[in-house]
Amino acid sequence: MKSSRRDFLKIAGVSALGLSAGTLGFLGEGAQAADALPTAQDFAKPSNAKQWGMVIDTAKLDDATMKKCIDACHATHNVPKIEGKQEIKWLWTDDFHATFPTEFPTYLSDDLHHRKFLLLCNHCANPACVRVCPTKATFKNNEGLVIMDYHRCIGCRYCMAGCPYGARSFNFRDPEKFIANMNPLYPHRTRGVVEKCTFCVEKLAQGKLPLCVEASGGAMVFGDLEDPKSPVRQILKDKYAVRRNPAAGTEPSVFYIL
Amino acid sequence: MIEKALKGSPRYFGALLAFLALMGIGGGFYLIQLNNGLMITGLSRDVSWGFYIAQFTYMVGVAASAVMLVLPYYFHHYKAYSKMIIMGEFLAIAAVIMCLGFIVIDIGQPQRMLNVLINSTPRSVLFWDMVVLNGYLVLNVVIGWTSLMAYWKRVTPPAWVKPLVYLSIIWAFSIHTVTAFLYAGLPGRHFWLTAILAARFLSSAFCSGPSILLLMTLLVGKLTKFDPGKEAVKTLSTTITYAMCVNVFFFFLELFTAFYSNMPGHMAPIEFLFNGFQGSTYMTPFMWTASFLAIGSLILLIPPRWRENRDMLVPALIMLVIGTWLDKGMGLIAAGFTPNPFERVTEYLPTGPEMMIALMIYATGGFVLTVLWKIALEVRAEVEGSV
Ligand code: SF4
Ligand code: SF4
Repeated sequence: MKSSRRDFLKIAGVSALGLSAGTLGFLGEGAQAADALPTAQDFAKPSNAKQWGMVIDTAKLDDATMKKCIDACHATHNVPKIEGKQEIKWLWTDDFHATFPTEFPTYLSDDLHHRKFLLLCNHCANPACVRVCPTKATFKNNEGLVIMDYHRCIGCRYCMAGCPYGARSFNFRDPEKFIANMNPLYPHRTRGVVEKCTFCVEKLAQGKLPLCVEASGGAMVFGDLEDPKSPVRQILKDKYAVRRNPAAGTEPSVFYIL
Repeated sequence: MIEKALKGSPRYFGALLAFLALMGIGGGFYLIQLNNGLMITGLSRDVSWGFYIAQFTYMVGVAASAVMLVLPYYFHHYKAYSKMIIMGEFLAIAAVIMCLGFIVIDIGQPQRMLNVLINSTPRSVLFWDMVVLNGYLVLNVVIGWTSLMAYWKRVTPPAWVKPLVYLSIIWAFSIHTVTAFLYAGLPGRHFWLTAILAARFLSSAFCSGPSILLLMTLLVGKLTKFDPGKEAVKTLSTTITYAMCVNVFFFFLELFTAFYSNMPGHMAPIEFLFNGFQGSTYMTPFMWTASFLAIGSLILLIPPRWRENRDMLVPALIMLVIGTWLDKGMGLIAAGFTPNPFERVTEYLPTGPEMMIALMIYATGGFVLTVLWKIALEVRAEVEGSV
């Protein structure tokens, strides 16, 4: 089984036909061997939003929890582990200066100076990466997610030049050899295309939360930024939060409580 | 007319063979890149464009610069360029072919190239760049070929060529403007995020492109009986001098804006280029060399007495070409990506294979140019011999 997207379409097809939703045996043995193959029922109640967003309470995250978040994301999504400057990452950590360079913190509190921050694609409301992509391989769906069609990407890397947050990685080489445990339920990418965090679009379609949010022990909150009753808006009402480089005008959807 | 490319001296075929050999060697490296991916380049997650895109940018300038002959010749009926004009148009053809080549070798999935057409996305500047570059190629092929054909047959060119020529004048400006917009419209890249970028591109193109043309016609003049004409050389070197002055002036405008305003984001890439950033100084030797060559070329070019002396003109033009090439071909791209969005430096220098693959494209351009110029020169010799 190669592509979970194809499976997704099959599953969608099955549910459209109104067939009973059992384990989809015809998908092949690889799929059966893997645990928790989603069924049509799993897709019956997707989560919906106008603009998905995330609030990260940075003080609540320690190194171990952040590692758990990253591992969950990278293992599930077959993110290859490549050392050096041609690395690929969807979710990672860095210090205050790298996360918020436009703040030019001169006298930074000790606490913030030593704190690590989770970095990922901001799923911007006005994304530069989408604007520049010449093939619509990077696009914004109607829930505000900035996602990619890897089969359409020509690897021009214009989106990488366009993103002001360094959120995107390019497959300089064949990633397959660098994926320790291939997850058969998620497609891995090919050489020559760009990739990045998707806010776990495949989980949201099943009414679940992104993997990092689940692993964060409550330090990361997820929801619809345009719904005043959503958990993200509730927390933003109470607490002051900042975004990375808001002057770039992309309207990032990831907020950081310091 | 094309048959004129099939007969020639051993020297002509020797040159073609040499270009083919370079294409073959570079092609071997390109096969390695096709099989392994862009991992064989020095590119990285932080500096995701490099040598290929820089050469592309420089060559767009060379292609656009043909307008420095086309405009005076067709628009102001400046007859002194009558011998050079076809050389300029054919150089533009070779340059655009190289541009397209540099794009193809840069993309990670070249077999999906046509996606840019199939999924045309007008909000992407890259889409427009494809449109204007291919359009410019067609314009120059049609105009160049038809006028040369008419000249060969000793008739006046058909009337429909005129409007195409005027279109090509505007088009020439558009190719380098759109190429500048590729860079100048990105919110996080301060070095490129400047309203004057297109103007800088054009000014650097209008001095470097004609310099390359002039150097090569002088070389051809040494090898064959071709003579571009004293007047043409004089006027073109004056154009080059003015364009270079404007180019340097525009750069000082950038310096003023960045350093008087004292905005860190604007200063950082320039500091990186000339002084190093966070201890990384790998780009500074290139940029200081470029600066000295630029100033040196101006010193030799500005006094008319020196400019009109071939022994001064030729080294001045060579300095100018190397200086502007270092500026656009090395500094421009790296400075756009440095410092990166995390305010750090990831160093980038092209690898050997990367340069060999770029050489393949340059050799392809050399091959095309040799054939085209051969045809133009033969036609001219035949027509002039018969009168
Ligand atoms: S963070 Fe970058 S990649 Fe993600 S949506 Fe914004 S501009 Fe695009
Ligand atoms: S690399 Fe792919 S996703 Fe990025 S701009 Fe080019 S085609 Fe679009």
